[in-house]
Amino acid sequence: MSAADLEDVARRAVEAASAAGASDAEAWSEGSRGREVRVHAGEVESLTEASGRGVGVRAWIGTRTGYAYGTDLSEAGLAELAEAAVGAARVADEDENSAAPEPSGEPPEIDGLRDPAVAATETADVIELAKRIERVALDRDERVTGVEEVVYVDEDGDAAIATSRGVSGSFGSSVAYAFLQAMATQDSEVQTGLGFGVGRSPSSLDAEQIGAEAGDEAASMLGATKPESRTCPVVLSERVTASFAGFIGGAVSADEVQRGRSPFADRLGTEVASPAYVLADDGIDPGGLASAPFDGEGTPRERTPLIAEGKLLAYLHDSYTARRGGARSTGNAARSSYRSAPSVSPSNLVLEPGELTLEQLLERTGDGVYITEVAGLHSGVNPVTGRYSVGASGRAVRGGELAEPLREFTIAGDLLGTLAAVQAVGSETRWVPFGGSVKTAPMLVGEMAISGQQATQSRS
Amino acid sequence: MPLVDREIASKVLERALARGGDFAELFCEERQGFALSIDESRVERPQSGSERGAGIRVIDGEVTRFAHVDGLAGEDLMGAADGLASALGGDATEPLALRAAEPPKLQEIEVDPAGVPADRKAEVLRELDERARSAGPEVAQASASYSEGRRRVAIFNSEGLEASDDRTRVRLGVQVVARKDGTVETGFETLGELRGFELLDGDPARIADQAAGKALTLLGADPAPAGEMTVVVGGGFGGVLFHEMTGHGLEADAVQKGASVYAGRMGEKVAEPLLNAYDDGVMPHEWGTGAIDDEGTPCQQTAVIQEGKLTSYLYDRLRARRDGVPSTGNGRRATFRDLPIPRMTNTYIEPGDADPQEMISEVEKGFYAVSFGGGQVEPATGDFVFGVSEGYLIEGGKVTKPCRGATLIGNCLQALARIDAVGNDFEMKTGFCGKAGQTAPVGTGQGHVRIKGITVGGTAV
Repeated sequence: MSAADLEDVARRAVEAASAAGASDAEAWSEGSRGREVRVHAGEVESLTEASGRGVGVRAWIGTRTGYAYGTDLSEAGLAELAEAAVGAARVADEDENSAAPEPSGEPPEIDGLRDPAVAATETADVIELAKRIERVALDRDERVTGVEEVVYVDEDGDAAIATSRGVSGSFGSSVAYAFLQAMATQDSEVQTGLGFGVGRSPSSLDAEQIGAEAGDEAASMLGATKPESRTCPVVLSERVTASFAGFIGGAVSADEVQRGRSPFADRLGTEVASPAYVLADDGIDPGGLASAPFDGEGTPRERTPLIAEGKLLAYLHDSYTARRGGARSTGNAARSSYRSAPSVSPSNLVLEPGELTLEQLLERTGDGVYITEVAGLHSGVNPVTGRYSVGASGRAVRGGELAEPLREFTIAGDLLGTLAAVQAVGSETRWVPFGGSVKTAPMLVGEMAISGQQATQSRS
Repeated sequence: MPLVDREIASKVLERALARGGDFAELFCEERQGFALSIDESRVERPQSGSERGAGIRVIDGEVTRFAHVDGLAGEDLMGAADGLASALGGDATEPLALRAAEPPKLQEIEVDPAGVPADRKAEVLRELDERARSAGPEVAQASASYSEGRRRVAIFNSEGLEASDDRTRVRLGVQVVARKDGTVETGFETLGELRGFELLDGDPARIADQAAGKALTLLGADPAPAGEMTVVVGGGFGGVLFHEMTGHGLEADAVQKGASVYAGRMGEKVAEPLLNAYDDGVMPHEWGTGAIDDEGTPCQQTAVIQEGKLTSYLYDRLRARRDGVPSTGNGRRATFRDLPIPRMTNTYIEPGDADPQEMISEVEKGFYAVSFGGGQVEPATGDFVFGVSEGYLIEGGKVTKPCRGATLIGNCLQALARIDAVGNDFEMKTGFCGKAGQTAPVGTGQGHVRIKGITVGGTAV
C-alpha cells in the first residue's frame, strides 16, 4: 500500500471511531514488504516473502481511552475496529491526563530513512550476501567448524497517522540487517561467536566485517575458564554498553518515574553518573533505525540530552506523561507496531564517545576483565530497583592486554553505582540493535562484582 | 464456520506445487484477544485485537519457501501460492486429496472469556490491586494485567492432511513494589491456563498475596552469596531450569546442526537414574497444551529422559523427515507470519520420592532458589543463566535469610548430572519462551529439585 493509501486508511478509521461515539480518536496505519533469508552450510534453508498491513485505533470517550487493532481495512472492517476501540474505552477508568494529542509543530525532514536499494536488490543477491557472510566466518580460523545459520532480513514500509484534532502525516523507511552465530570446536569443546550488521539496505552490510566478527569471537573463546570471584575493573564491549544504555533508557521514561518505578525518580538535575558518561536520546539521527519525522502519536521527534556533566537532565515524555508532569512531550511515544498503543520509550540512544581506543582502555584497566557478552538480561535486570546480576563471558585483561578467554561467570551491581564508576568511554562508536537502537562505544568501569569460581581471596 | 473452504485449500496447494516441490502446506489462522491493566489503582489500557491471515510453504529438497498474507481471501492465498511456485522450474507435483483427520479432542471451555462483560474483568483487577495493597504499609505500588486470547488454526497439506484447533487462554499477572527505608523490592506472580474464564473462579487474587509476600520478604534481604554451592530449586516455575538446561538442547533444529550439547547423545546417561522428564502437549489445561501442533500433528507426551538416559529429541515435520522419525508434535509457530520450528510445549521433571523438607535439611550450607524471573541458554555451548526472583540461604539444614540479586549460572550437562534429589511435590507454571524471534506459550513444572554444586552469582563477593 502506498503512503497516500495508508493516510486514507487512518483518516477513515478516525471517522469511523467518531461515528461509533468516540469524542476523540487517533489512528495509526502501517504497510510493509520484506523478506528473510536463512542460510546454513552454503545452502538456503528458508526464504520468506512477507507483506503486511494493519491499523490501530485509540479512541477517547471524554478522559477514558481504549485501543483496538486489526488487519481488515475494508469499510466494514474499520467500522468493527472502531466499535471495538470505543467499547474498550468504556471499560477504562477516568484519567484527567488522558487526551488526544494536539498538533505540535512541523516535523523535521530527515534524509535517508528509506534506501530504495532495498526494494531494488534481487533476492538472489541477498542470498549471495548471506552465503558470503557464512564463508567469511568459516575461513577465518580452521577451528571455526560451523555456522548455526546466517539470517538476513530486510523490510521497506510506510506508516501514517491521523487524529480528530488535525494531526496527520506519513513517512517511509527501510531496514536491512544480518547476523550469524559461528561455532568453533576444539576437542569436545564448542564455543560460539556472534556477528551482526545493520543499516538501511543490503549495500550497507559489510559481509567481511560481519562474518569475521562471529568467527573471531568463537575461536577466541576456545579454552575459556571460569574467573575467580572478585571485584575488579572491567571494560564493557559495545554490545554490553548498548544493553546498559537500554536499561537506562527504560528507567528515564517519565511513565515509570511518575508511577514510582524508576531508580531515577526525584533525581532530575542531581548527580547520577560519572562525568565520563554522556547520553542522549536522538530521534532524528539519520543513522538511527528508530529515527522518524514524528513519534507514535504524531509529535515531532527530537534530540533530548539525558545525562551530561554527571547530571540527569531530562525524562522522556509522550503527550500523556507531559500533561501529567507539567512538561512537554519529547516525541518519545513509541509503537512496536500498529498492534500496540503508543507508550513512552527511547528512540535511538546515543552515547557520547570519549578519547581512548579499545587498546588504550585496556591499558588503563591494567588487570581486570573485558566483558564481550551478557546473557539473561530479561530476568537478571530489575528496572524498578536498578539492580542487575547477569551471566557474562569475555577475556581476562592482564598488564593492559587481552589474555585468556573467560566464561560462566556473572557480573552484578546497581545502575547508579555502575554509572558513578564509569572511568572512560571509548572513541570507537557503532550502531548496535540490542537494548533498542543504540550508538555506542566500549567503556571502562572502575569496579564491578564478578562471581565465578569459589573466591579464594578475602571478602569485601 | 471453517476458516477456509476445503475446495479453496486444495486449489492453493495445487498451485503452490504447480512447478514442483516435495511438500506444500497452507496454515490459516484467526486470532482474537483482549487485555486490560490496573495501575495506581486505575483500570487502564483496554485493548482488543483481531487478525486473520495465512502462511504458505513449499519444501523442495532442503529449501523451504514461505509466504504469508494478511486476510484469508481466496485470491490473496492463490496469489501467494503462485508467487512461491514461480521460483521453481520443475513439473507439477500432484497433492493428495484432502481428508479431514480424525478430529482430536478439542479444548472444552465452560465460560468463553469473550462473552464475559469487560466490567467483570476490571473487577478481578480491582480485587488484585486491593489485595496487593492491603498486604502491608510497605507496599508502594501495585499493577496487574488480565489477558485473554483465542487462536483458531486450520492446516492443509499436500499429503492430504486437514486439521484444525481452537485454543483459548486466560492469564493474570501482578507486580508489587515495596519500599522501606530507601530500599525498593519487587514481587511478581502469574496465573494462566489453556482454559476459559472459569480459570478465575475461586480466589484468583491469591496471586496478589503471593507477589506482595515476595516483595515484602525481600525488603529484609541480604545481598546474595557468590560462588559454587548446593542449590535446592523450588517447584513450579523452578521447572524453567529444566526448560533451559535441557529442553532447548533437545529441539531437533539445534541438534541437527550440532548446535546442541545433547547432539549425538541419544540413549546415553545424562543424569542420575532418579531423573525422568517429559515434554507433554496434552496435559489438560496447561499453558503450552494444544490438540494439534501448528503443522497438524496431534500433540503428545514425549519422554525425553528416562531413568537418567536421553530418550528423545523434540521434532517438527521437517526435522523429523531428515532423521527418518515421526514428528513428536512440537512444530509450533508464533503466528501465521512465522515458519514452524521445533519447540517445547509443557516440559517437566516427574515427581520423585524425596521429601522437600528433608532435601533442604540435608544441606549444611547452600542456597534455596524458590522461583526465577526467567533464564537463558546457549544450546551450542550449554552455558545457561537464571535470574532468581525469590531466594534464601540454607545454613545448617535450615532456610534462613532471604537474599536479593542472585543469579544461577552453569553448564547444562554438568548441572543436569548433579541433580541428586527430586521432590515428591509437583506444580506447573506458565511462561513465554522466545526463540528465533518467535514467542510461544509454554508450561514448566517440577517439584523441588536439588543440584549439588552450581554457581550462584551474587553481589556479596
